[in-house]
Amino acid sequence: MALAGRAALIIALLTTLCGITASLYGARRGRRELVEVGRRSVYALAIVLTLAFAILEVAFITNDFAYDTVANNSSLTTPLLYRVAAMWGSQEGSLLLWVWLLSIWSSLAVFLTRNRLREIVPYAVAVLLGFGTFFTAMLVFFVSPFVTSSPAPANGAGLDPLLRNPSMMIHPPMLYSGYTFFTIPFAFAVGALITRRVDSEWIPVVRRLALASWMFLGIGILLGAHWAYYEIGWGGYWGWDAVENAALMPWLIATAFLHSIMIQEKRGMLKVWNASLVLAASTLAIVGTFLVRSGVLSSIHAFGASTLGVPFVILIAIMVAGSIYLVVSRRDVLRSEHQLDSLFSREAAFLLNNMLFVGLTFVIFWGTFFPLISGAITGTESEVGAPWFDRYTVPLAIALVALAGIGPIIPWRRATLANMRRNFAFPLLATAVMLVLCFTTFGAGSSAPTVAFLCAAAFTVGSIAQELGRGYLARRAMSGDSPPLALVSMIRRNRRRYGGYIVHVGITVLLLGIAASSTFTHTAFVNLGRGHATTVGGYTMTNVRPTAAIVNDPTSTGALLTLGVVVGVTHDGRYVTTLHPTAEYYPDASGAEGPVGSLISGDAVSELSLDSSLRRDISAAIDAAEIQSALQPEINQANALVARDGSIGPTKQTELSYYLLAAIARGYLRHPPSAPLKLASTPLVAWLWIGALILLVGALIAIWPGPGAVTGRARARYLARVAQELGRA
Amino acid sequence: MNRERKRRVRLVVCLALALALAGGLIYTSFSAAAQALTPTQLIARARPGVTYQLTGTVVAGSVRRTTNGVLDFRLADRSGGRRSIFVQYTGAVPDPFRVGRELIVTGSVRGASFIASPGSMITKCPSKYSPAK
Repeated sequence: MALAGRAALIIALLTTLCGITASLYGARRGRRELVEVGRRSVYALAIVLTLAFAILEVAFITNDFAYDTVANNSSLTTPLLYRVAAMWGSQEGSLLLWVWLLSIWSSLAVFLTRNRLREIVPYAVAVLLGFGTFFTAMLVFFVSPFVTSSPAPANGAGLDPLLRNPSMMIHPPMLYSGYTFFTIPFAFAVGALITRRVDSEWIPVVRRLALASWMFLGIGILLGAHWAYYEIGWGGYWGWDAVENAALMPWLIATAFLHSIMIQEKRGMLKVWNASLVLAASTLAIVGTFLVRSGVLSSIHAFGASTLGVPFVILIAIMVAGSIYLVVSRRDVLRSEHQLDSLFSREAAFLLNNMLFVGLTFVIFWGTFFPLISGAITGTESEVGAPWFDRYTVPLAIALVALAGIGPIIPWRRATLANMRRNFAFPLLATAVMLVLCFTTFGAGSSAPTVAFLCAAAFTVGSIAQELGRGYLARRAMSGDSPPLALVSMIRRNRRRYGGYIVHVGITVLLLGIAASSTFTHTAFVNLGRGHATTVGGYTMTNVRPTAAIVNDPTSTGALLTLGVVVGVTHDGRYVTTLHPTAEYYPDASGAEGPVGSLISGDAVSELSLDSSLRRDISAAIDAAEIQSALQPEINQANALVARDGSIGPTKQTELSYYLLAAIARGYLRHPPSAPLKLASTPLVAWLWIGALILLVGALIAIWPGPGAVTGRARARYLARVAQELGRA
Repeated sequence: MNRERKRRVRLVVCLALALALAGGLIYTSFSAAAQALTPTQLIARARPGVTYQLTGTVVAGSVRRTTNGVLDFRLADRSGGRRSIFVQYTGAVPDPFRVGRELIVTGSVRGASFIASPGSMITKCPSKYSPAK
C-alpha cells in the first residue's frame, strides 16, 4: 500500500503539471477544451490526494508500524480517535493534510465558478495547481509520508499525551482549511489582474472567497486559543507566540480587505489597495504555513529544525515579486473612479479602519520577526515579549471597536449634521451610561484602557442595536409579519449587511471577554494539605480529599495512573462548585525508572478542572511532577521489592509491579501529600467564546448563498439604493 | 488651495504620521526587548539587573524541589554544551517539564544563578516534528 501511496503522490504531481500547462495554453489560444482539462485536473488532484490521504489514515487506524510516520506518532495503546489525529502530528502527515485540503477547497471553488468568470478561471486554476505542485513536490522529494521500514517495529512511540485532546481532532484541520482557503482568493486575484478583469463580476466572487477563508482561519485560531486556555503552560488563550501571530496576520489583513472591497464595489475606489490587500493576505497565510513548518522562529510550537525552509522562502519570494509586478503593471485598470468627498463619510471610516488593521498587522509582524531582525542588526536575537505587543495592540483594538460602531451608521459620501444627530444620539447615550457605570458600579475607573474599551464597546453595541431595531421596525411596518418572522426575514433580505453587524457585535463581545479576563484575573499557587483552604479572588477553595484511579483506559487518553484532589469552592459561605483537578501518568517504555517507577514515569499531564459560568471561570490544576516526586520514596521502595524477588520470572514481576503501584495509590489516598495547586478565578472569560460563536453565526449569515443568488443580489443592490435615497431625503 | 494640491498635502501628512509611528514602534521594540540567550551565552555576557530570555534543556539529575515551592534545576544548551546555569523558579510548572526537555524562562541573573520571574516558564509544544533525516 505504501507503494500505492507513493504512486498517488507522483500522479498528483503530474496531474498538477498537466493541468497548469493545459489551462495556460488553453487560455492563451482560446481553446475551451484545454481549459476544461485544466479544471478537471483540479478535481483529479482532489481524488488522487484523497486516495493518498486515505491510505495513510488506514495505516494509522490499523497500526501498520511498517510506515515510519505511524511508528513515530502512534502506538497500540493510542485510542482510535487519536490514531486518526496522529496522522497530522508529524511534519509529513500535516503537509499531506495541507495539500489534501488545498485540493478539496480548490475543487469546491472551481465547481462554484464553473459558469462564471470564464476568462479568469483558467489562470486561477493554474495558480491553484501551482500551489498543489509545490506541496506535492515537497511530499515526493523532501518528506515522504510513505517511507517504510522492514521489519516493522512491534509498537510505535505513540501520540504525545499533551496532544490527546479532542481539539487535536479539529483545530489543525480547521486552521489548515483557513490557510489553504487563502490560496483561492489569491488565485482569483492573480487571474483577474492577468486578464485585466477586475470588475463587478469578479468582486462578489473574490469577496465571498475571502470571507470563507477569513471564517475558516478565524475558527482555527479560536479553536487553538480554546485549547491553549485549557492546557497548562501554553500561555493561556493568547500568548503572542510566533505561530499564533502567524495565523492572526493574514486574518487581520483579510478583515481589512472585506471592508475596503465594499468601497470598490459601491464607489469604484481603492482598487490598487484592495488588490494589494488580497494578495498580501494570501502571502501572509503562506508565511504562516512556513513559520509552522520551518522552525525559523522559536515558539511554544517547537517544530524542530527542518530542511523545508529554502523551498518555502523561494515560494514566498515568487508570490511577493509576482504580486508587486501584477499590481504595478495593471495600474491602468486599477485607477480610482471617484475621490474621497469628505473625511466624515463611510469611505473615510473604512479607510481609517484599513489603516488601523494594516498598522496592527505591522506591529504584529515586527514583533514576530523581531528575533530575526535584531539578530541581523545587533548579532543577538531578542524577543519583544507580550507587554510590548499589548502596548500597541490594545489602543488599536479599542479604536477598531469604536469604528465597528461608527462605520454602520455614518453615511456614504458625506455626513451632515442632521444625519449625525439622528444616528449618533443613541450610541452616544449608551457610551455616556457606560462611562457613569465605570466610575460608579464597575470600579473600573482606575484603568484607563478598560474604561476606554468599555465605552467603545457600549457605543458599538448601541449603534448596532439601533440599526437592527430600525430595520426590524421598518420591516414590521412594511410586511406586518409576526415579530420573530419579521426579524428573520429582515436578516434574510440583507444577509451581508446584518451578518456583518452581527460579526461586529461578536468581536466586541469577544474583546470584552479578553479585556476583563486579562485585567482582573486572580491566580494563586499553593500547597494545600487535606482539609486546608485558601481564598482566591473572593472564592474559598478547600482541598476536600484525594482521588486516585488505576485504569487501563484505552478509550480515553490511555493513562495508567490518575491522581488528584477534590477541591470544594465556596463564596461567602455558600456552595459554588466542586472541582476535580487530576494528574495523569503514562508508562515509560524505556524502563529506566525501575519496574514500578516506569509504569508512571513516562509523560504526565495535568488536567485542568474548570467551572465556567457567564460571570467567571474558576479553575484548579494540580502539579503532576511535584505529586510524583512526593511519592518517590514509596516508588523507590517498590522498585527495590520487585528487584529483590528477581527469581519469580518476568510475568510475576509485572504482576507484582502493578500490585505495588495499586498499593502506592492506596497509600496516596490514606496519607495524601499536600497538594501543589494552581487556583484561578477569571471574570467574564466565557464571553470570549460566546463572542466567538456570535462571530461565527454572523459570518455564516453573511456567507450563505441566498436562493437565486444572482437575482437576490441585484434586488439587494436596488433596495440599498432606494434606502440610501430615502435616507438622504 | 485647489483639490489636487489638497490631496497631495493630505497624503504627505498621512505618510509622515505613519512613518513617525513606525519609527516609534521600531525604537521601542529595541529598548523593550529581552535578549534571547542560550545558557553558554548567558554565562559569558549576562549583566545583573537586565531581563533575559533563557532557552535550554533541563540537565539530568539537577531538578530539586524545595519546601517553599521553589523549583531548582540547571539548564544547558540544546546542542549539548557542557556548561549549564543554575535556575530558580516559582509558579506553574508546565506538564512537559522534565529532564532533557527544552524550555524557556524569563528573568535575570543574581550571582551565579538565574532567577526566573514567577510563572514565566514555557515548555515547547511537544509535536514530534523531528528534523528530516
